[in-house]
Amino acid sequence: MTDRPTLLEIRGLTKAYPGVVANDDVSFSIREGEVHALLGENGAGKSTLVKMIYGLVRPDAGSMTLRGHDYAPPEPSSARAAGVAMVFQHFSLFEALDVAENVALGMENPPPQRQLARRIREVSQAYGLPLDPSRLVGELSAGERQRVEIIRCLLQDPKLLIMDEPTSVLTPQEVDILFRTLRQLSAEGTAILYISHKLEEIRALCDSATILRLGKVVGTCDPRAVSARELAEQMVGSSLMIPERAPANPGPVVLEIDTLNLRSANPFGTSLRDVSLQVRAGEILGIGGVAGNGQDELLAALSGEARALAQAVKLNGVGIGSLGPLDRRTLGLLTAPEERLGHAAAPDMTLTENAALTGALRQGMLKHGFLNWARARSFAEDIIARFDVRTPGPHVAARALSGGNLQKFVIGREVLQRPVALVVNQPTWGVDASAAASIRQALMDLAAGGAAVVVISQDLDELMEISDRFAALNEGRLSEPRPTAGLDVERIGLMLGGAHDMDVADPEEIAHVAE
Amino acid sequence: MIRLERRPTPSRFWTVATPLLAVGLTMIAGGLMFAALGKDPVLAIRTIFFDPLFNPQFAAYSRPQLLVKAGPLILIAVGLSLGFRAGVWNIGAEGQYIMGALFAGGVGLAFFPASGWYIFPLMVLAGALGGWLWAMIPAILRTRFNTNEILVSLLLVYVAQQLLSAMAVGRMRNPEGGGFPGSRNFAQYPAASNPELIAGTGMHWGVVTAFIAVIFAYVLLQRHLIGFQIRLTGQAPRAARFAGVAPARLVIFCLGMSGLTAGLAGMFELTGPAGRISIDFNSGYGFTAIIVAFLGRLHPFGIVLAGLLMALTYIGGELAQFMLGVPSAAIQAFQGMLLFFLLAVDLLSNFRIRLARAKTT
Repeated sequence: MTDRPTLLEIRGLTKAYPGVVANDDVSFSIREGEVHALLGENGAGKSTLVKMIYGLVRPDAGSMTLRGHDYAPPEPSSARAAGVAMVFQHFSLFEALDVAENVALGMENPPPQRQLARRIREVSQAYGLPLDPSRLVGELSAGERQRVEIIRCLLQDPKLLIMDEPTSVLTPQEVDILFRTLRQLSAEGTAILYISHKLEEIRALCDSATILRLGKVVGTCDPRAVSARELAEQMVGSSLMIPERAPANPGPVVLEIDTLNLRSANPFGTSLRDVSLQVRAGEILGIGGVAGNGQDELLAALSGEARALAQAVKLNGVGIGSLGPLDRRTLGLLTAPEERLGHAAAPDMTLTENAALTGALRQGMLKHGFLNWARARSFAEDIIARFDVRTPGPHVAARALSGGNLQKFVIGREVLQRPVALVVNQPTWGVDASAAASIRQALMDLAAGGAAVVVISQDLDELMEISDRFAALNEGRLSEPRPTAGLDVERIGLMLGGAHDMDVADPEEIAHVAE
Repeated sequence: MIRLERRPTPSRFWTVATPLLAVGLTMIAGGLMFAALGKDPVLAIRTIFFDPLFNPQFAAYSRPQLLVKAGPLILIAVGLSLGFRAGVWNIGAEGQYIMGALFAGGVGLAFFPASGWYIFPLMVLAGALGGWLWAMIPAILRTRFNTNEILVSLLLVYVAQQLLSAMAVGRMRNPEGGGFPGSRNFAQYPAASNPELIAGTGMHWGVVTAFIAVIFAYVLLQRHLIGFQIRLTGQAPRAARFAGVAPARLVIFCLGMSGLTAGLAGMFELTGPAGRISIDFNSGYGFTAIIVAFLGRLHPFGIVLAGLLMALTYIGGELAQFMLGVPSAAIQAFQGMLLFFLLAVDLLSNFRIRLARAKTT
């Protein structure tokens, strides 16, 4: 691999935004046909760097050369013309148009539709990315939509393909397909710049890695030669706290959902269908699933934002399905939604006010309807201190905090109210490794203290790490929860895909029954 | 090239300074407009802002008018500001103002010519009830049937106006008025009148009520859970629902409060400065209060200042019409400029302006 010629050379790229240097003298190079990982925590400067390579942002200083020629794309179209393509984390597709029309919209000189459809079919077959050019994008899964974006890039015959967190929306099976495609591309000489913070993925796929921390390159290595732990430590800059798990000793059932059916309030949402689950004291139930399969609706049904029949949701045996958020909080069922800004917290309000947002009742801030702001402030200070929220103080507006810090604040706010049952959706989404580890530890400590905890997440590694039992949401249906111990990737994939009668199809089980 | 940069937290300095800057810009732009109309701009601005308060010839009349005009504006605007903060748009304060006056007038006329200390307080209650009930129509239609409260409350203004005309020429007409439309004069009915409390100041019970409402609203917004829920709903509706705010109850509360204050304003206006129910009893306070609420940044104390400023432009505007022959449309345009500039410079509190040369690489 090292004998291949250099494709892209980056020298001293620097980009400063007011108050923060996003990239500080970043230099590295990518060889032709190499799968190069760009690793770093949130805010390390990965996005800014690839935006400069793709012509979306102009560097303040530094230079790039592509195949020995000066390369300074003023806009993405010239980057594409030079052979650099990018697949974004968030897709830019029109749901009402079909695959071929969407692909055409992203091209400079699209060929006629019929010819384009043939080309799409050819490329999708050549790279093992099954995709029908005549289907409407609105009907496609997240994985298939990503294929549309990838094929759109491949049609331009790129020399360098940039992929930003491509696996965050994929099931394990879809990840396998994607990796096969990327390896094939690499073998044909296309270089891939792969951004992720999933270390195992990078170790499985990439030939070399550049690690960013606080806008600077802190190391370059062969990810296959070092352990995930070493990579993480380079990324974080300190040794990583691996959550510890006290042996679970589940108590009585605390939180129960009994055949809950709920129409989504959002016309594009997913309605819940016959969802049932039980969570015991001291237990963590992990709920996996690809985004948009009813996660938000399940959280709303538990937080009280969506009402159901009283007996459909029970806390300690009492039917609470028809109660609102305040009553549920009083009884001890607390929740933390996925969307931090605008749902879990009010962006323009101070942390003190945001502490009162859910804490007013349980933290004794209310007297005859009047709010005790001194108490709210001290509660906010308590959260900031105990959850290591990096902020000048509780007077700061929530939107001034970075995603990870705000997430620590939101989780801390609920955990410190000592819930009987806690439900969190995507607790570590977009949070850097060390903050994620401390959030997971807090959830495990809470369960160890006797609370029932439900973690809804798309990060399977996280769920495997912290939950006692695992269930998957698929199109609004929840699979039967199974103990995490003994689950393998294939089985999880089947659960995520919605195979509800897998017990019958499982040869071991059949053998067991036959005995 | 001018670039806008979002501030991490809104600037406190500019939150206070933008209204002053807006007034300054309005003076400049208004001066240009007056100059274009062939009037001396400096004289016009002076007549509007300075003469009503300090000109020896006019101040004796104009100065009390300041509180007389600002009182109802502040009272209505404070009520409206609660709803505006929560994203509940009551545009029909004018109608609620009329209904407050009609309810209070009805009670007062029913007791005529009896005397008793209880008559005036009963009229106050009736005025508040009238405005509140009129605001409940859009509130209930919105919470039950999801109608748009902007349209419903606005259209109810015209219904209230028709009722007012019907009453002025019908049921409430003064039987001793020689057939002219309009009710008895409450200024001449001591048990139901709202006199000037301190001579020469323009202070009457309506102004007192306005200041009580300002303090009430301040405490509500800063200290009370309902005030917190109002602010939360306006800033982050989804977070508000998550926090446990019942949106329907909040809509009813906000519309009810704004209707109630508008009704009170109508009641005090009827029994004080206006004196009687007449066809043209309403004079646009309910609409102008919307401007006052925003000019005061929906903050109770800001509304006091904005109400006084707006009253000043009214009185000064009349003076300018009278003294300099400035057309009344120009005065309205001048008031419009004030709101326009305020909204425009509002940007400064959330954004920083940077001058940067466009780079070419």
